[in-house]
Amino acid sequence: MAYVAVKGGEAAIEKSIELLKLSRSEGKNSLETEVITSRMKQLVDRVMCEAGFYAPLYAAISLKQNEGSLEEAVFLMRAYRSTLTRSHTSLELDCREMRLTRRISSAFKDIPLGQILGPTYDYTHRLINFDLLSENEEELEAFKDEFLGNIERLSTPMKAARVSDLLREENLIADYEKDNTEPEDITQEKFMFPASRSVKLQTLFRADTGFISGVAYSGMRGYGASAHPTIGELRCGYMEIEIAYPLDTDESMVLGEILFTEVEAYIGSHISTSGAHDGLGIAIGYGLVFGRAETRAIAMSILDCALNNPDPSNPPNDEEFVLLHGEPLEMSGFISHLKLPHYVTYQSRLDNIRKIRRENQINGSNATSEYGEELCISDE
Amino acid sequence: MNENDYNFAFLDEGSKREIRRAIIKAITIPGCQIPFGSRELPIGRGWGTGGLQITLSIIGPDDILKVIDQGNDDSVNAISIKKFVSRCTGVEQTTDTQKATIIQSRHRIPEEKLGENHVLVLQVPNPEPLRSVERSVLKARQMHGDTEYSAAWLLLYEQIVRYGKITMGAGYPVLVDGRYVMAPSPIPRYDTLGLDDADCLYLFGAGREKMIYAVPPHTSVVPLDFDDFPFELENVEERVCRICGAENVYFDEIFDSETGERHYQCSDSGFCAKNAAAKQI
Repeated sequence: MAYVAVKGGEAAIEKSIELLKLSRSEGKNSLETEVITSRMKQLVDRVMCEAGFYAPLYAAISLKQNEGSLEEAVFLMRAYRSTLTRSHTSLELDCREMRLTRRISSAFKDIPLGQILGPTYDYTHRLINFDLLSENEEELEAFKDEFLGNIERLSTPMKAARVSDLLREENLIADYEKDNTEPEDITQEKFMFPASRSVKLQTLFRADTGFISGVAYSGMRGYGASAHPTIGELRCGYMEIEIAYPLDTDESMVLGEILFTEVEAYIGSHISTSGAHDGLGIAIGYGLVFGRAETRAIAMSILDCALNNPDPSNPPNDEEFVLLHGEPLEMSGFISHLKLPHYVTYQSRLDNIRKIRRENQINGSNATSEYGEELCISDE
Repeated sequence: MNENDYNFAFLDEGSKREIRRAIIKAITIPGCQIPFGSRELPIGRGWGTGGLQITLSIIGPDDILKVIDQGNDDSVNAISIKKFVSRCTGVEQTTDTQKATIIQSRHRIPEEKLGENHVLVLQVPNPEPLRSVERSVLKARQMHGDTEYSAAWLLLYEQIVRYGKITMGAGYPVLVDGRYVMAPSPIPRYDTLGLDDADCLYLFGAGREKMIYAVPPHTSVVPLDFDDFPFELENVEERVCRICGAENVYFDEIFDSETGERHYQCSDSGFCAKNAAAKQI
């Protein structure tokens, strides 16, 4: 064990940062941010989603700056976001107004407009396509011209009512009163428990993809939640983001559009419908993400539903467990802080272990294990 | 980073004001954890962002800043934090405790006595002293509200039963102003006594857990213990700093891998340098 105090850090840090630049600039080809935003869309979307910050160009720069590290890219975006003043809050979005690019239901075969596959990897065979090694832009252009030349264009954007609206008409889904209380904002205030639904959804929206997928999966395998939710509807498309016109709140201005994936998962549950029809019904879990991260959106919908049925014995149903441990910056920051020196705190611990072992040797007692490991009480 | 692209002290003024409000509330209720909307910073969560947000919110152009990491001014993270604050504020830096107005520290209180001109900002990994006995945030908060601290005492008692003494190391729980049990951040037990009836203001920031708390000047801070098992400091006797010759301070243990010898040197590097210089004159 060598407890060498780290001194002279400044010069070392500078060189370390230069080494990073060296690592980032390996090879001959510069990576244009435009290539990242157009050809690495899913990666950009994931960065923006976990950052809670829609800015494709900044996400691309962040990825370029960090050799494609998702963790670091999300970190950069979040830190930059802290410096921005919030000037507007968008008007409420209604995903029924979504300009659809894909929309499927696993619950019902026949839905208005039918099942729209759109671009999906679901039915591809995951075989590495070695032709891409020699792919060139001319071929791609030719493909695009041919494909786009042969399609029939719609005169109006594809829009559809929600599948759940139909079930609601049949009284199979509890109709909730609209909750129009001002949502809390997890970026401006620390949320407390029990958490409101707005806090839950915002936290899940920005949570680490791997974390929410894993916890939702654990629910499907038997740790609470629901064994097998049914995808009532998964829709993917563009939503216009509007803000109220500053001089006349009856008017609104469109800022642009964002690609979202929205999921409603149906989960059997005991519901209270109006009056006498109390009984088995369908609960809905809601998921929404930037871009086309469908697994992520489904996982979010499972956890939304699970959190509405609290049960501290199952991780997916335990709001403190789910909401406090999927935050990308918090988890990566706290784990990585273990690399910092802990000389002082470790000294204090060692002192305790030595004292007790010494006293035990004198007393001939055997209360501690040989290495004093049992004494590893959490001091941090 | 182009300095002109960012606000003074990085955060926008609204965020800083909000954090100052939490600080004021914390000062008025000593030892009580006050929630705040912790912002993301360019420094890792868990690397001192709670302390850093306090520093950024209270710092002005005339302040003089000292940053230490486990006592050390030159530690890589202390340098990184100092550099960041300087870049976005332009304030003067120092390693001299007396000269500083704001001292941001991770896990140490400087050896030199702090006066009423000092604010010591401590970085806190886990602000909840009851976490090891109650993992639920909601329940722990309720326990604080009810002054229901029997589990915290029981934890100490169990350690005595098991090991013959209280085995709590750094971060020893304290009772503040006779009301709140507080995690003093993982400062060594040696430093805990410095919190009691101090002349300076102590501010504690936990960025990841989004809590701020405070020990105002001249507040009673008492470590939890039992009459027959009193609070004990770490061993410092018979140790001498190999650099400045100081005794009865908190030491780093240095292990010489070539000779196999064990040395001690002051954990507080600023104090050590000053002490060594004074002896040469």
